[in-house]
Amino acid sequence: MEKWYLMTIVVLIGLTVRWTVSLNSYSGAGKPPMFGDYEAQRHWQEITFNLPVKQWYFNSSDNNLQYWGLDYPPLTAYHSLLCAYVAKFINPDWIALHTSRGYESQAHKLFMRTTVLIADLLIYIPAVVLYCCSLKDISTKKKIANALCILLYPGLILIDYGHFQNIYNSVSLGFALWGVLGVSCDWDLLGSLAFCLAINYKQMELYHSLPFFCFLLGKCFKKGLKGKGFVLLVKLACTVVASFVLCWLPFFTEREQTLQVLRRLFPVDRGLFEDKVANIWCSFNVFLKIRDILPRHIQLIMSFCFTFLSLLPACIKLTLQPSSKGFRLTLVSCALSFFLFSFQVHEKSILLVSLPVCLVLSEIPFMSTWFLLVSTFSLLPLLLKDELLMPSVVTTMAFFIACVTSFSIFEKTSEEELQLKSFSISVRKYLPCFTFLSRMIQYLFLISVITMVLLTLMTVTLDPPQKLPDLFSVLVCFVSCLNFLFFLVYFNIIIMWDSKSGRNQKKIS
Amino acid sequence: MAAFTIAAGTGNWFSALALGVTLLKCLLIPTYHSTDFEVHRNWLAITHSLPISQWYYEATSEWTLDYPPFFAWFEYILSHVAKYFDQEMLNVRNLNYSSSRTLLFQRFSVIFMDVLFVYAVHECCKCIDGKKVGKELTEKPKFILSVLLMWNFGLLIVDHIHFQYNGFLFGLMLLSIARLFQKRHMEGAFFFAVLLHFKHIYLYVAPAYGVYLLRSYCFTANKPDGSVRWNSFSFVRVISLGLVVFLVSALSLGPFLALNQLPQVFSRLFPFKRGLCHAYWAPNFWALYNALDKVLSVIGLKLKFLDPNNIPKASMTSGLVQQFQHTVLPSVTPLTTLICTLIAILVRTQQMILLPQPPEYQGIQPSIFCLWFKPQGPRGFLRCLTLCALSSFMFGWHVHEKAILLAILPMSLLSVQKAGDASIFLILTTTGHYSLFPLLFTAPELPIKILLMLLFTIYSISSLKTLFRKEKPLFNWMETFYLLGLGPLEVCCEFVFPFTSWKVKYPFLPLLLTSVYCAVGITYAWFKLYVSVLIDPPVGKTKKQ
Repeated sequence: MEKWYLMTIVVLIGLTVRWTVSLNSYSGAGKPPMFGDYEAQRHWQEITFNLPVKQWYFNSSDNNLQYWGLDYPPLTAYHSLLCAYVAKFINPDWIALHTSRGYESQAHKLFMRTTVLIADLLIYIPAVVLYCCSLKDISTKKKIANALCILLYPGLILIDYGHFQNIYNSVSLGFALWGVLGVSCDWDLLGSLAFCLAINYKQMELYHSLPFFCFLLGKCFKKGLKGKGFVLLVKLACTVVASFVLCWLPFFTEREQTLQVLRRLFPVDRGLFEDKVANIWCSFNVFLKIRDILPRHIQLIMSFCFTFLSLLPACIKLTLQPSSKGFRLTLVSCALSFFLFSFQVHEKSILLVSLPVCLVLSEIPFMSTWFLLVSTFSLLPLLLKDELLMPSVVTTMAFFIACVTSFSIFEKTSEEELQLKSFSISVRKYLPCFTFLSRMIQYLFLISVITMVLLTLMTVTLDPPQKLPDLFSVLVCFVSCLNFLFFLVYFNIIIMWDSKSGRNQKKIS
Repeated sequence: MAAFTIAAGTGNWFSALALGVTLLKCLLIPTYHSTDFEVHRNWLAITHSLPISQWYYEATSEWTLDYPPFFAWFEYILSHVAKYFDQEMLNVRNLNYSSSRTLLFQRFSVIFMDVLFVYAVHECCKCIDGKKVGKELTEKPKFILSVLLMWNFGLLIVDHIHFQYNGFLFGLMLLSIARLFQKRHMEGAFFFAVLLHFKHIYLYVAPAYGVYLLRSYCFTANKPDGSVRWNSFSFVRVISLGLVVFLVSALSLGPFLALNQLPQVFSRLFPFKRGLCHAYWAPNFWALYNALDKVLSVIGLKLKFLDPNNIPKASMTSGLVQQFQHTVLPSVTPLTTLICTLIAILVRTQQMILLPQPPEYQGIQPSIFCLWFKPQGPRGFLRCLTLCALSSFMFGWHVHEKAILLAILPMSLLSVQKAGDASIFLILTTTGHYSLFPLLFTAPELPIKILLMLLFTIYSISSLKTLFRKEKPLFNWMETFYLLGLGPLEVCCEFVFPFTSWKVKYPFLPLLLTSVYCAVGITYAWFKLYVSVLIDPPVGKTKKQ
């Protein structure tokens, strides 16, 4: 590639922004007794380093699960162990059993931030660069611009480098991206291996698992289930099983071990939702307290049904007509369905939706940029709690400017560019006057952006009334949830109408 | 929607670049800041709470006001905004006061003042002849120039991490250069005069301004061969120029003249009590001189030529030492440096003044000076200005390493127009910027400075290489080798050295190495620029290429 230097510049810009954000405060800084996610990560290093593998997930006198007990899959634990060895080399106090609780110092912060940067540099960033280079049908310049926008996506930067998520999102998302890259380039085995690693790093990656499953299954069907397709299916199954077994090896020795890990990973008894999160249940909670009315198992079944129904059409479509583009769009809609309807969702899980949206950025720039802005906005209450207002505003603006200049998104709002052409044609058969779609979307965008800006300003400047201390954060969640619902509908529409237009174009050509 | 599109600056790369760098500056707010932060806070307090007669006498803090009056007035105006942020920072006795609001205010004031710099860059971009327009936006000289200026590594770390107000000062300088390019000489002179009264370090480049304005503004016509027509001297123009400079100076120094404080002001502005070099040697000629002295003294001691008892105690590298004696080589006085600087500058300017040129020059290259005087006008001035800045950096007394920016920024303008200048510029910038590394010595800023340096260096080298890809390579093997050597040097100084036993014994060794290594590069660039100015090929030829 003759423009390699521009790609280097883009990566360097991404790294610089990441590191400057990391100079800010982190979650739970100086807030005993529980501190925050930062302390959780440090605590895991302490636990994994000092205790034998068998005790990692069990409550004991040395491992109080109430105090940031390990509740992520084994790969996370191994990663913590690796970091712990480095920490031991630099300063053993950082991971001393019991005595290191709540340890905070400038040097330690620097160490923790560096671990994030290194993980990011090794896994996420190369995946993004390779992904952008592998895109077809666009110029080199656009590829570079695309990489810049993805690397500048503020949500991920702020959560990983500002808030300090108790699990490195860049690692799990990076592995998932490697998976997407592998599967779309027809290296199915490598792709599924990478995705298994992602699931074993963070169980939330299961949001992405259905599209992967459907896409690979669809590929097998396409090759014919009796011939090559079957071989591929067996190979894939072996890869998945083998990688899972490898990751879980120390925990397969006893049945109780495995069950305990699973119990830690899926804490069903924690309720439909916990904090303020921009999904259906939390927003609906404003009108009706579902959590108190319905028993827990009904909540579970209800959320399962909703999730399943909302993602079913896209998945069926993908299985029947597997295509790389359809795969990426289905990733978006599935993750979004999970985020909106499933059980026990965290506000940070929106990043799992944002990643696939980043992947369609070059195809539907206008809508993707809009979605990514909303997703960052939905994290606002969390970021404000961590005193990250300044970096949030700055990185969001930087991202917006990058998208506007590299894709000139405001000129791409015609029905065709929004991929709604075939949809509106089919609607017009019944409603001939249906010509205002693109204009309507533009106005919706303006309204959405203005609401977000106003709400941000209000949250920052005004004090909420005494009776409703959470007024602004609930409003933020509610507004974001409305936006997300709109996006769910939109993405499902373009998935369902997608290949029809593709076929038509082929017929024409 | 359309209005929104325009507001967001679709397709307008310049505003995107400017906004982008502004946002980066905002991200740099929580980084480390040096004592200059306290210096400026103290000045805010002095100008806000004391009458003007006390400004240059106040000495509660060790950081007394030592910039010219305009800067003091600037701080005075700022202080009236500052009081809405935090009243406490305006108290003279509140030494080392630094609340989060103070930090925000001070950082934002620097960022805000950079608007002037951005405007000046915009004006400068207009002056670049856009004949060599490539197909791609990223290959246009204007685009490259605006990145080189606005995203300048040195300016970013000195202003927005280390903390100083260089941005808008350089903005004034670039603006005055742009005005000279646009033939609006009076405005140019005015801006430069104002600039001088903001920060007197710009006196270094004053000779270039003086000679250029005299030569191409005050003399209105040339002889056919390009030399000056003596009888075309315009008294009106000289007087109006003089009037501008005089009025600006009167505005600035007048009040202090009225208070009879001028000697006190000048004693604050020009403290000659400091040593030849800063604690960290700026990478100039004297750094090489000192290093040579050190090497000679070590050799002398080894071979018993020198008596250990006669060696002065103050070691040059032990920091905080303001004055020291050289061991072997003769010691340098301020006068020596002044003479060296003047000689270095004069040779250059003399060419601009000397009108009946020496016959041998005319004989060898008669066309050079014709083209030099007339068509090359402002560009010649720019080279002269760069050379002035660089020469004073090379030979000046107590030069600070930050002064290299004075040469780097004007040189950027030259670099996008000619391959030869580009190659000199790249060597100068890369070594000059690297020599700023010791300014930031704290661990959290280490990745930032390395990343930003890589960002700027990779961009400048590759974009200029792409711009001049049709001409001969920008670097020869020796220069490439030298520039690549900066990498291992950084690794040795910041990653390996702290783990060796020498850290305790020779704590200043990395600084010495950095300074000497960079001094070699900067001296080389200075020499090359000097030579290229002396034997400059006719412009017509380069343009035809």
